[in-house]
Amino acid sequence: MSNEFYQLKVNGVEHHVRDSWIGESLLYVLRERLGLPGSKGACEQGECGSCTVYIDSKPVCSCLVLAASAQDSDIATIEGLQDDGSLTDVQQAFIDCGAVQCGFCTPGLVMSIHHLLDTHPTPSPQQIKESISGNICRCTGYGRIFDAVETVVHRRGTPE
Amino acid sequence: MKDVLTQERFVLGTNAPRPDGAAKVKGEFAFSSDMWADNMLWGATLRSPHPYAAIVKIDTSLAEQLPGVFCVLTAQDVPGDLTYGLISCDQPVLADSVVRYMGEPVAIIAADHPETCRRALELISVTYDVKTPLVDPEEALLETTAPIHPDGNVIRHQRIVHGNPEVTGDIVVEGLYDIGMQDQAFLGTEAALAIPGAGGDSIEIHVATQWLHEDQKQIAACLNMQPEQIHLVLGGVGGAFGAREDISLQVHAALLALRTKRPIKMQYGREESFFGHVHRHPAKIWMRHHADTDGIIQKIEARFLFDGGAYASTSSAVLINGVTHAQGPYRCDNAVVDGYAVRTNNPPCGAMRGFGVVQACFAHESQMDKIADATQLDPAEVRLRNAMQRGDRLITGQVVESVAPVRELIEQTQHIPLPAPLAHDADVLDLPGGSGLASAPQHIKRGVGWGVSIKNIMYSEGFDDYSTARCTLSQGQATLKFATSEVGQGFVTIAQQIARSILGVDDVALDTIDTKIGSAGSTSASRQTWMSGGAVDGACRLVRERLFEHVGRQHGIDPLRLVVEDNEIVDSLGDFRISVADASHDVVISEEFEHHHRPTEELDENGQGNCHVAFAFVAHRAVVDVDVDLGLVKVIQIATTQDVGRALNPLSVIGQIEGGIAQGLGLAVMEEIVVKEGRVMNPSFTDYLLPTALDAPEVIARLVEEPDPQAPLGAKGVGEPPCISVTPAIVAAIRQAVGRDIPRCPVRPQDICL
Repeated sequence: MSNEFYQLKVNGVEHHVRDSWIGESLLYVLRERLGLPGSKGACEQGECGSCTVYIDSKPVCSCLVLAASAQDSDIATIEGLQDDGSLTDVQQAFIDCGAVQCGFCTPGLVMSIHHLLDTHPTPSPQQIKESISGNICRCTGYGRIFDAVETVVHRRGTPE
Repeated sequence: MKDVLTQERFVLGTNAPRPDGAAKVKGEFAFSSDMWADNMLWGATLRSPHPYAAIVKIDTSLAEQLPGVFCVLTAQDVPGDLTYGLISCDQPVLADSVVRYMGEPVAIIAADHPETCRRALELISVTYDVKTPLVDPEEALLETTAPIHPDGNVIRHQRIVHGNPEVTGDIVVEGLYDIGMQDQAFLGTEAALAIPGAGGDSIEIHVATQWLHEDQKQIAACLNMQPEQIHLVLGGVGGAFGAREDISLQVHAALLALRTKRPIKMQYGREESFFGHVHRHPAKIWMRHHADTDGIIQKIEARFLFDGGAYASTSSAVLINGVTHAQGPYRCDNAVVDGYAVRTNNPPCGAMRGFGVVQACFAHESQMDKIADATQLDPAEVRLRNAMQRGDRLITGQVVESVAPVRELIEQTQHIPLPAPLAHDADVLDLPGGSGLASAPQHIKRGVGWGVSIKNIMYSEGFDDYSTARCTLSQGQATLKFATSEVGQGFVTIAQQIARSILGVDDVALDTIDTKIGSAGSTSASRQTWMSGGAVDGACRLVRERLFEHVGRQHGIDPLRLVVEDNEIVDSLGDFRISVADASHDVVISEEFEHHHRPTEELDENGQGNCHVAFAFVAHRAVVDVDVDLGLVKVIQIATTQDVGRALNPLSVIGQIEGGIAQGLGLAVMEEIVVKEGRVMNPSFTDYLLPTALDAPEVIARLVEEPDPQAPLGAKGVGEPPCISVTPAIVAAIRQAVGRDIPRCPVRPQDICL
């Protein structure tokens, strides 16, 4: 559509974005141009959190970010959480606690919860609720997700 | 001697983990919106801006000239049937001469980029002759109202007359109830990838759907192809809740792919999704209960009016579910019920979790509270006095043969402790209004409310919604094949658990979910654990029988003496034992099984007949804090006990219960598609509010496990009941706190404080 050319640093790797339309969101570029479909689009308005990524270590809704404006930033996506293919403790707890149903909200929630626990290692129930209140889950009613967060906190506090 | 430290085998009854869990938490699971193909184009849809208009002219020439556009198609380009539908075929693939709802598809395009699509859609010029929409379902019923369809506005009328219609009671209570239009609001919007075959005489469609074979049939008819020419593959499904039972973009994507001879990806955005699928029917229900002075129901009179919107979808079945559940889970010997489902120029409505019973339950539970008030009985007590038991008759004359532990459900729920009173220094996030800092604890009143429900499971009225599964065993590994849509509910987990239990294997592979096997029926009506579970169970049992024969031949043992114990085949009368892996290392055993439920009947003109297969029951008690001055609410606790037959995966059951409660909470206090003069006012997640983590109440759930003898695995479906009676329970709690009758849901602030 046009001949834009810019670079994005995603999960530590520099990507060249070519021949793109300048109006593309970061979510679109990640999913459709860079082969990183783990971030999901569900509302395009920053209401549901399914597209949560980190820009310079802060969680953002990638649907609200113009891709070209994220040059010179460190972008991290769900695909970059573990580079050896193993599961993070949050991901493992989601499986163990039954926090996954359809799974569409899951990558965004995993990103939000990692950020919560990085900044608040022992969150109160209210902090847990508030920190994921920007991530809508339509399947679980959130109960198993709260359980997963509490499980991670517990496991981190009791080293094997 | 057995090793007691052996790793847990994830058989039936355990919390087996999901086979797709790791892929989902890592973002590697391929949802239908994640599909991609070389040389792919994007498809998009032009929709009507009017609720009702004649199409005078469509000019696509400017759009066709836009660089990057490959084709623009209208109704003239549909080669087969111009209309489709689940029950009656009344919905146009693309509007021909008339549009009947805002958002109806008029034209479709294929282009190289979603932005090209958007620009091209703006270049299509449609001349409309705008008409006054029919938006009042009462008006739709009148004979003087002009029909918006050739066959009229009434989709279906059903009357039920049961027992003695002349009976009256000492206590008479009545109400007129309004239930709003709810959206399924699955997170993964409609999406498909259609890949045309090389010769142009076949097509492969990857799509998120609830029922692959029904889609295949409808798509084939519209494309003028045979079903076998269409290979449907389940694309990863981001939730369904009924909204994927009707087809949406399937035919459109196929038409564009066949025309351009290139793969087509279509994906709705959130706004388009609100227009792209059917919703829960808004309903007006009048009910009058006659009871004696002890609160025992003598007769029910009711009138149901379901607004089906512009097209029929499943309205006729939703209506039947509504009227046949009018009594709720209570004995009632006499009834006169009339129900109507009508067409209007409002958004089309169809399947959503609960399917007509949600609406009925809101009315009958509101009525039970009125009986309690009139007889000065406790709301739980009046329900206990009327509680249905196994062997009781419904107002359709059908005898409830399912396990029906209604009394036990209520009593167990009563025993769940109530939450602590609201603290004077409660965190603001625990108050109605939350971080808006609107409420103060001293202004808040707390209410408690009850809801109990009965829900049919499986399809009704003579429909044989069978399910098919194949099991193949070799070298200690079982492979299962079925066309059952996994929409997040966890059937894939249950299927593996069944195979492990029956065959003694640990390793159970799941073949692609597609149309290369017989139908599984729809993932709806809480039916897949029973139906597809029954099919997988049947196929595994046939395989086990043949394995026993094989082992019997090889080792000279009567196969009838063989049983599976953990991972081994054991001679029940001797010492012989062999591992399933060893026993199956040199064979490939494959068997297919169709599970059919018992036949049902259509209703007669008086609404009598054995129209349903089986029933599940649930009780809910809600505790809600209300700021009466500001009309703000916060649901504090839901206590629930559910009749599940047998919990095949207890963790999954809890997930269904908590998720269903959240959706029922949404209908109670926040979720409504607001429609004015046929126009949807809030098609976004900014304006259509969904429960967030901060809205989630404490849920305390108990299960009643009394295996149902009719069910292949003893297990009832658990998906729908959680969302049904929680809504009236919450609204009852609000009524109690506020001290006024609130006859509608969702309850809005103005219903409380103005």
